[in-house]
Amino acid sequence: MSDSSTSPRRGSKLWNLLLVIPFVALLWVPFYNSIEPTISGIPFFYWYQFLWVFITSGLIIVVHRKNGE
Amino acid sequence: MHWTAIIVFLLLFGGVTVMGFLAAHWRRGDLDQLNEWGLAGRRLGTIVIWFLLGGDIYTAYTFIAVPALVFGAGAIGFFALPYTIIVYPLVFLILPRMWSVAHKHNYITAGDFVEGRFGNKWLALAVAITGLVATMPYIALQLVGIQVVIGAMGIGTVGFIGDLPLIIAFVILAAFTYTSGLRAPAMIAIVKDTLIYITVFAMVIVIPIELGGYAKLFAMIPPEKLLLTPPTGTSLGQFSAYATLALGSAFALFLYPHTVTGVFSSSSRNVIRRNAAYLPAYSFLLGLLALTGFMALAVGVDKLPEFAPQFAQYKSNFAVPALILHSFPDWFAGVAFAAIAIGGLVPAAIMSIAASNLYTRNIYVKFFRPDCTPKEEAQNAKIISLVVKFGALVFIIFLPLQYAIQLQLLGGIWISQTIPSVIVGLYTRWFNPWALIVGWGAGLVSGTWMVASLGFQSAVFPLAIDGLTVPGYAALYALAINFAVSIVLTPLLNLVHMTRGTDETEATDYQFDQPVTETRAPAA
Repeated sequence: MSDSSTSPRRGSKLWNLLLVIPFVALLWVPFYNSIEPTISGIPFFYWYQFLWVFITSGLIIVVHRKNGE
Repeated sequence: MHWTAIIVFLLLFGGVTVMGFLAAHWRRGDLDQLNEWGLAGRRLGTIVIWFLLGGDIYTAYTFIAVPALVFGAGAIGFFALPYTIIVYPLVFLILPRMWSVAHKHNYITAGDFVEGRFGNKWLALAVAITGLVATMPYIALQLVGIQVVIGAMGIGTVGFIGDLPLIIAFVILAAFTYTSGLRAPAMIAIVKDTLIYITVFAMVIVIPIELGGYAKLFAMIPPEKLLLTPPTGTSLGQFSAYATLALGSAFALFLYPHTVTGVFSSSSRNVIRRNAAYLPAYSFLLGLLALTGFMALAVGVDKLPEFAPQFAQYKSNFAVPALILHSFPDWFAGVAFAAIAIGGLVPAAIMSIAASNLYTRNIYVKFFRPDCTPKEEAQNAKIISLVVKFGALVFIIFLPLQYAIQLQLLGGIWISQTIPSVIVGLYTRWFNPWALIVGWGAGLVSGTWMVASLGFQSAVFPLAIDGLTVPGYAALYALAINFAVSIVLTPLLNLVHMTRGTDETEATDYQFDQPVTETRAPAA
């Protein structure tokens, strides 16, 4: 952490690619436009998208850590 | 009249008003400087920015309109959820660059950046005007949120007496924005968001229990509203509309002047990065809120006789207020309505500050008073913030609501046309500034034409490609035209050397960070 604030970090850019995943998962609608499987009566279409709130937030945290603060 | 609700509402609203004025003294700065009044001195840390941007992005209008869309149109209204998810990787990757260059060069608006980057004040003017025009109807729509909850408490909103509560709310808003600047909404946002979280969680817990659980709730929704219309042989149905609305809205979001203002007021790059990870909490909230549209549908609030007059007046925008009145005791309805109304004040204040920053920096000082002092600059911005709000108020009182909604729809399309200058500009200045101006114009005209061809009713344009209809967000289609024109014209215009302009920024400016971090200094 000590020297990372001054020097540009090359190579860490690869971690940014993780952030492409939410775009694919959410913009390709055929992945999730269905009722089944339901979770306690909630259709897939809804819980899948809610799930991605947490996955995306987690991915951002991972990339942030890996890039160094 | 719901007296208990009105009393609770007034108490909360009054408390917030006091807070707005006291905010002038918070982290005291010289409010005669635009930097201090309009960006709170660029000293806001992670937590305040979380509340500020949360209050800024998820507005009163969002809280009324998203459930209303789900209530009326079903699954398509849910696009707000993927939109507010994919926006955060973009925030994480792009906005720290914007923050850095702005901090380094003391840019206050996106127009300032574009002028510094491309050395062309006309391009900056185009960006500033787009921001202003897109923001005005947005402010007006915040008033709609306030108006609807006032109506919900049984206070008539017809005629001058009916408009009076709204006028009072706006005079209060105008006064504390004038005296405290961005500090006021930053402070109020903390109260507002807390109230909103309480309200939404109460709704998504209590109402489904009354209905018999989530399984029952979804079972009560007509099947055609539960999922998107799948593609057929000749059309991509709602699939392409859903994805393009989400993507286009995500890109447009941080071009809006009020978002830019919030970002620029952060104290460091890391404040923005951390918030990219934590702001999705609001997206979760927004998703839950979208579900309340289904709850309103399941309860059938529009068929309850006691709400008939308000539904006639506010249409599906009344779905959520009606659901609240139907499901909760009066005192809690007061809390919920205060949350929505204060939820309108915060973004309206930030938007008016952002709009006046734009006008002052990129129009007034640049074109009319190049030699004005910092104090005059700040004073001018304060006055403009009053003018902007007065304009929004006049808009809502004298023009049909439909105009504000349509203009806001168009605003999203227009603001997207500044992507090549502002977002792409953060990475490259390959584009010729005059080519960008022409491309911007082409995007504005084509986007407006697309929406006009739909009678200003929808932003989803049914593009026909070789017999296949691809319904998509007009902002993206117009942006494609914009890019095409800018790319073709750039090499041509570059032949005329003087059109290039000079770049005052350097590559390292985009990585610039504060020497001292605002929190948690390294222990060593």
